[in-house]
Formats: sequence, structure tokens, C-alpha cells
Amino acid sequence: MSEGMRDLIYLDNAATTKTAPEVVEAMLPYFTENYGNPSSIYSLGSAAKKAVMESREYIASTIGAKNNEIYFTGGGSEADNWALIATAEAYASRGRHIITSKIEHHAILHTCEYLESKGYEITYIDVDENGIVKLDDLKAAIRQDTILISIMFANNEIGTIQPMKEIGKIAKEHDVLLHTDAVQAYAHLPIDVDEMNIDMLSASGHKFQGPKGIGFLYIRTGIKIRSFLHGGQQERGRRAGTENVPGIVGMGKAAQLAFSHLEEREEKEKELRDYLIKKIGEEIPYCRLNGDREKRLSNNVNYSFRFIEGESLLIMLDRKGICGSSGSACTSGSLDPSHVLLAIGLPHEIAHGSLRLTVNWENTLEEMDRTVETIKEIVERLRAMSPLYEDYIARKGQ
Amino acid sequence: MKKKVVVGMSGGVDSSVAAYLLKEQGYEVIGVTMQIWQDEQELEKEENGGCCGLSAVEDARRVAQYLQIPYYVMNFKEEFREKVMNYFVEEYLHGRTPNPCIACNRYVKWESLLQRSIAIGADYIATGHYARIRQLPGGRYAICKSATDQKDQTYALYNLTQYQLAHTLMPVGEYRKEEIRGLAERAGLPVAQKPDSQEICFIPDNDYAGFIDREAGERAPGPGDFVTSSGEILGRHKGITHYTVGQRKGLQLSMGHPVFVTRICPDTNEVVIGEGEDVFSDELFCDRINYMGMEDLQGTKRVLAKIRYGHKGAYGAIEKVGEDRIRCRFEEPVRAVTPGQAVVFYENECVLGGGTIL
Repeated sequence: MSEGMRDLIYLDNAATTKTAPEVVEAMLPYFTENYGNPSSIYSLGSAAKKAVMESREYIASTIGAKNNEIYFTGGGSEADNWALIATAEAYASRGRHIITSKIEHHAILHTCEYLESKGYEITYIDVDENGIVKLDDLKAAIRQDTILISIMFANNEIGTIQPMKEIGKIAKEHDVLLHTDAVQAYAHLPIDVDEMNIDMLSASGHKFQGPKGIGFLYIRTGIKIRSFLHGGQQERGRRAGTENVPGIVGMGKAAQLAFSHLEEREEKEKELRDYLIKKIGEEIPYCRLNGDREKRLSNNVNYSFRFIEGESLLIMLDRKGICGSSGSACTSGSLDPSHVLLAIGLPHEIAHGSLRLTVNWENTLEEMDRTVETIKEIVERLRAMSPLYEDYIARKGQ
Repeated sequence: MKKKVVVGMSGGVDSSVAAYLLKEQGYEVIGVTMQIWQDEQELEKEENGGCCGLSAVEDARRVAQYLQIPYYVMNFKEEFREKVMNYFVEEYLHGRTPNPCIACNRYVKWESLLQRSIAIGADYIATGHYARIRQLPGGRYAICKSATDQKDQTYALYNLTQYQLAHTLMPVGEYRKEEIRGLAERAGLPVAQKPDSQEICFIPDNDYAGFIDREAGERAPGPGDFVTSSGEILGRHKGITHYTVGQRKGLQLSMGHPVFVTRICPDTNEVVIGEGEDVFSDELFCDRINYMGMEDLQGTKRVLAKIRYGHKGAYGAIEKVGEDRIRCRFEEPVRAVTPGQAVVFYENECVLGGGTIL
């Protein structure tokens, strides 16, 4: 529909990724011949059961977990909801205080708001200007009745990677459970739940070229977390519902592909990312890179352009066949200023003019060139029409 | 090259047909739904009507997909809050009865949407209003009544500027409502069946006074006195924001005969009560003038004046009595001239201009 749809450039891999062809191929037999229910007795179901088991084993191995510590869910948001709500309920007798950060995904923040309405107390700790959690604030926030710390592994908007090992150490020292929303990090970064003292971890299949509608929650053995969906013995009785067998198989396959190329992919993405960051910074005046320059996901670029509306920029990029985003994709198409950008101290009007581009290792440098060229043209056009820009230039000239 | 037009779409029949007609006429059409106001608690109510929330987005997107036009949601919540909701509250606190739709049209639906549409490369914006835009012999643009007279939508558009009108298309204004329905049906448009939108979209429960109290907080005026025009106290009122000029119901005054609100005095927090004849006026003054069909006003001019939405109009003579002030002397007295409402002047079914009643 847009002018350049023939050469679409997809730069919104933090929102979702293209399902890898190998993943689709691995899933297909579980729609066609091996459609049996894994809970059934006959041998048709056993093929499905075996596939679920293998996927679980493989995924467990990628984060240093045991097989029975991986629970499949309907995605990252479900895993986040489950981790928070079920922990809150199970440990309510010990305390009703939870610590999280101001830059979490809404799956965490809105669940926290829900828990607040149920009488829990939530502390939202600050981040620094690059979006890194302030460890001293975290320590200071821990109280006698703190039952859970939930800090995201890497931020979906600005790509900042949190010092998870240090956070894990603090949680362990104070004997508080640690959950991490690793939706953007899993299968992109090496994670070891033991080394990092992570007690619970959420992940989502479609963020690493797996299918949508499937994710998992890692729950360390011994944590008395309750079942989230009632009605069956699936997932060791903690998450009822017939397993999404094709989804589970697909996510397992996607994880295999991701982990077999983890470093290669990271290197390729970093090259694209750094090229994009450098070129935008050089070619477009009055812009600012958001997030930490080094402790950053290899696929993430987030820039604010002064004097323009991010919304207009996104629409015009789409007209030119370039898919970007202005932050979280989960706000039903409407663009309120990002809570993450406000939390790192950006003024409202600058937060409005922000653009997130998230690359995939299959993107090319040529695509980056075309993207920068297009952004440059659009930003110039929007600024030419912006009274704010006009004022600024007039004042500067004086 | 095809001219580009951004159509403001609500998913309802009028704006959907507007998009369809423009596409048929050869324009490059882009659909946009303006998100202006949204309160999660109100989502449920909104789904049963209401123009501009999430359900409107779903409905409009379906139509855009059917028409195979690109579609976007644009966020105007900040402008709407500042230019419409805040204005609404301020006017009430000053004892006036505002028309928020007029402010929304001028500042949000036109100023902001047009600016952002031109930014993304459009030549025009279009809406599903039953009104026409005509270029008058002198070259000025004016909003004129549409082919259908049942639903007059010109009143709330009097405040648009010449620049805005020059960049606006209203394709639906050439048709009658039944014809538009017929067109939608024949084109197979999946339009949403919506009840007519409620009076004020951001107050779905219609409790204006409650809304103003919440918004104004400490500034909300408390109870005060009902008084006669000579200052005699008749009883206590709930706060001036609960009343409007001409109101009879809900006063809870037992006078033995019908009485009406004739004036609201924010300075003394009094509501003035009078008899039936006291709510009639033979003249009014207005300011915040917008000149539309006429460039300026010299001498006196006979016009049809509408003093509120749905008013059929009354003839009178208008005359400038200050830099930004017009007096309108009616040929017959009119009922309930209400400060804060707009008065709109028509000649030959076209809007000459209008202002805010003082």
C-alpha cells in the first residue's frame, strides 16, 4: 500500500520478528500428522509429548535450568503476570512489598498496579540517564516485608541491559526472590540463572524468530508459586490447558537456531546498529541517542529528534516502506510519550520526537543507508514546518 | 500527480462514505482516526457509542482495509485536553456555558489534524460533515448548509479559518443522509452501526457538574444563593457550574409557578432567577469573532442568527461596536441567550461569521 512496499525495510524486531522458515517447517507436522494431545494414552499423542519434552529440555539447557523448571505459557505477558501475581499470593504471609523499576514493560507495570489495588505495596526504583537501575536505590528499597524484586533483563525501548548479576547478588544477600522479564534478552544474550541468582524468568517466542502466542516462565525449584490457570495437569499442574504443541516445538527450534549463532548474530547486528547510530548522529542535527551506548542490546537504536512529532515521522517512514516504532508496540497504535524516556529524564516534548529502530542480523548496510537518507529527508521536512524549530533557529541567530 | 487527502475516520457511515467518495473521485486517500480522549473506566460505555476511542479505531480500520487505503491512528490527547477539556472547565467556572465541539473542531480536528496531515504530505483533510464549503464571489470561503437540512452541522464549524477551509473537503455535504446510507450499502462498506454520539464525548455519564468538580478540585465553586434580579435571596444552589441560562428543571425552588435561570454571577457565586418573560432578550453582544463569509463588518447587516446548536435561527441586525465586539438586535425577542455559547450569523445559508456570546 505504501509507496515503496516492494523493498520493505523491517526495523521493528523488538516488536516482533519474522518466523524463521526452519521454525515453520519444524512446526508443520504438529498441525498435520502429529496432532495428538500430549496428555493422551495412545501413541499418536506420544509424538507430541516427546516433542514438548525435547523443547523443554533444550530451553532449560540454554539458561542453565532443570527441565522441570520451565513452564510454557501463552507468551511473555502471561509469564510476567503469573510470576508477579502468583508470587504475591504465595508469599503474602511473609510480606506484601514488591520492588520493580520505572522502565519495565507494561506487562509488569500494569500487573503491579493491579497488585496495588489488592493491597500490595510496590516500590518503583529510578534508573540513571542511560536507563540503568540504580543499585544503591535497589538496596535501600529492600525491607523486612519485601518478597520479590522484578527487574527487566534488557529494556524493550532503549535496549539498556541491566547489571543482572549484581542485582541477583543483592537479591540473594537480602533473601528476596528475583524475577526478570527477559523477553528482549532471551536468545539474544547469554543467561545463566544460577550464576545470576535469577529465581524466575519470562521469555517470549516471537522475539527471536519463533512463533507468536508462546513463551515460558522459568521457576526455580523450591519456589512455592501457585498454579495460574486451573483445570488440568499440564505443566506439572501449574498451568492448565492443552499444550500449544506446534508453538512449543517452534519456540524450541527458534531457540536452537538462535543459540547456535548467538555470537555471530550479535556481531552482525552490532555492526548494523553501530553503523546506524553513527550515521544518524552525523547526518541529522539536534538528535540524541537514548539508552546506554555500550550496555545495549545489539539490535537496538533509539533516537530523539528535537522539534518533531515521532508520530508523523513514523507515518512518513511507513509511506516509504520503512517499519520503525516509537517505543512499545503495545499501545494500540496510539502514541503517548514513553514512560521509559520520561524515566531517563527526557523532557516531554523531546520524548515525543523519538524513534526506535531494531535490526535483525539479516538486514543490510544498504538498508541502513536508505533508512538514514529517508529519516534525514523526513526530519528536514517536518522541521521546516515546525514553529518550535523556527523559533529555535531565530533565537540561535541572534 | 494525484492529490492526497487525509480523511478523519470514525468507522461510522458518514466518514466512511467520505473516504469512499474521495477514492472514487481519484484522490490518494489516507484514513486517520484521531484519538482524542480515552479513559479506561469508560471503555465499556464508549463501546456502546462514542466517536473517538478504541472501538472507533477498530471500526475505522476495518473500513480502511475494505477500501484498501492506508490507515493510521494519530494521538491528539494533549491538544484535546488543553484546548477542549480545560477550556470547557474554565468557561463553566466563569459562569458561562461553553460548546466544546466548536473548540474541538477549530483547534483539534482542524488546526492539529490539518497541520499533521500537511506534514505527512497531504494537500487536504476531509470529514464526513453534512456541510458544504463554498468559495464566495469575493474569494472568501464559507461553510454552507448541505443538501440535507435535517442535521445542521454548520453551526459548530463557524470558527474555522480561511486557511483551514481552503484545505478541507466535505464530500458528504453534497448528499442527503439517506443517499449516503444507500451509497454505503451499495459499496458494501462494513460501517459500524452507531447510536448518535452523546452530547459531550468526554462526559459519557452526562454529569457535567460532577466532571467539572473533579477537574477543578479546590477551585470548584461551592453552594451559593439563588437570588432575584433585585437581590432577594430565594434559596441555596449547588454551585454555579450546575446551572445554565434558561434552565427550569432541577432548581428545587417551590415558587408556585415556573421560574428560570436568567443569569449566572461567578463573582458573587449567585444564580439569578426570573419569570418566563425574563429569559427573553432582544439583543446580544459577542466577542472572539471569527469572520468567515464576510471579511469584516461595516455598518449594519441583516442576518439569520443561531444562538445554540439546534436553534432554528432568528433574524436580526448585526453591527460592530468595538474592535472585537458585535451587537445583534433581534427582530423578535429570543429565548435564553446564554453566555459562552456561540452565535453564528448566516446569509443565504452560508456562515458569515460568529462569536462567543457575552
